[in-house]
Amino acid sequence: MTAPEAGDQVHTATVTLTVNGESRALEVDTRTSLLDLLREHLGLTGSKKGCDHGQCGACTVLIGGRRANACLALAVAHDGAEVTTVEGLADGDALHPLQDAFIRYDAFQCGYCTPGQLCSAAGMLTEGGPSAVTADLTGDPALTPGEIRERMSGNLCRCGAYVNIVRAVTAVSTAGTEP
Amino acid sequence: MRPFAYFRAEDPADAVARFGPGAMYLGGGTNLVDLMRLGVARPGLLVDVSRLPLDRVGPAAGGGGLLIGAAVRNSDLAAHPLVRERYPMLARAVLSGASGQIRNMATVGGNLLQRTRCAYFQDVSMPCNKRAPGSGCPAIAGDHENLAIIGHSAGAGGSACVATHPSDMAVALTALDARVHVTGAAGDRVIPMPGLHRLPGAEPDRDTVLEAGDLITAVELPPPPPGRSLYRKVRERASFAFALVSAAALLDVAGDGTTRGCKLALGGVAHAPWRAYTAERAVAGLPATASAFSAAADAELAQARPLPGNAHKVALARGLITAVLEELSR
Repeated sequence: MTAPEAGDQVHTATVTLTVNGESRALEVDTRTSLLDLLREHLGLTGSKKGCDHGQCGACTVLIGGRRANACLALAVAHDGAEVTTVEGLADGDALHPLQDAFIRYDAFQCGYCTPGQLCSAAGMLTEGGPSAVTADLTGDPALTPGEIRERMSGNLCRCGAYVNIVRAVTAVSTAGTEP
Repeated sequence: MRPFAYFRAEDPADAVARFGPGAMYLGGGTNLVDLMRLGVARPGLLVDVSRLPLDRVGPAAGGGGLLIGAAVRNSDLAAHPLVRERYPMLARAVLSGASGQIRNMATVGGNLLQRTRCAYFQDVSMPCNKRAPGSGCPAIAGDHENLAIIGHSAGAGGSACVATHPSDMAVALTALDARVHVTGAAGDRVIPMPGLHRLPGAEPDRDTVLEAGDLITAVELPPPPPGRSLYRKVRERASFAFALVSAAALLDVAGDGTTRGCKLALGGVAHAPWRAYTAERAVAGLPATASAFSAAADAELAQARPLPGNAHKVALARGLITAVLEELSR
């Protein structure tokens, strides 16, 4: 973040969020992204800063249950929102089915993109509707590997674990497990 | 990022009243927040319009059309049953843009007003006539493989610009004769598409005909025209990439095999979504055949002025126009 210019006054705002079920109120600079709020102010470093431009998906969280790039979200604009990060996916010591499947199917190598992959997949599984590769726009297509690849295209993996990410997501999808 | 004051508007009049020098409207932020971080956009005030009560899709007044609120998220637009059934070209265009995350955040109004992804525009260490009028256009002698081939101002010196408009949705709206509802200090008005976005001409810094403080409130679609339609996008990877060339096409073939109606718009080729009127006129009344379609593509692209590094996009556009019209004629 570049330094303020001469004469520019820093503006702050109070932001109240429900993060992983817990209400949090913070006074932040209006420039603070949701990602920086989570990582720097709340210490929730599971969400990763990859590109900080919305191109890699490592920062993906659920806002109101829908996946979003936390790096492109200004915290102040999401006042009142319910946010779920990777830290909120598991139920205590019981892993989320996607987390379990990522382990069983060896769906990561370095792990940096994994929190974003998990949150993105969790959001994707509840979205429904057609995608760019769906032949019939009027129905809800089955989540074939091709559909999963298209729907997960906002999450990059530089280790190239895509093949097993698709297998893991497919396993959870076909198990009909609610994410 | 320059510090900014933040104001969340409750209704469109509230937003317009609050707008002033140095202000910008904030929708989903998927482009604007990035441009602010890059130093390209430097608002002193953000007027947040993302929670305005403009989040509905429903029948337009006066029969048959559709009214889409400007704050509707891209993903909700593409998933809406009326859009999927009656305007498949639009659903396909929206679904072909960006990623699932970004479509969840991005609004219809913001999609229309997103800025070019020209690398020089986004790099404040470089000259750019769009970002800093009169500073020059390094893209013309530099990296322009994916920039404009038609309607640009490459020869215009201090106003030269070869940027392209990046939206997929806007290409479909341009083919569908959408009407953009705008409110501003001077009241309400309706701007037809094509007509919202402009060619660079002498003012490449102006992407659209909107005036400062104008707020898009809705996009109105006329009743779907007869015929079959599609949106096809050619890009460097299978998903989550901007178009090299895209086409929104509608074709209505009469019982005798001649073309009764055609609507065609191209993306990725110009400073604005490019409505291919020349090609539309060229196919009218002729047999709906590949030779007629490729002749129409040639007629349209006779206006192209490719740069040294992007002549391939003319060939891409020619092939794409011919292929989509052929597919629709089958």
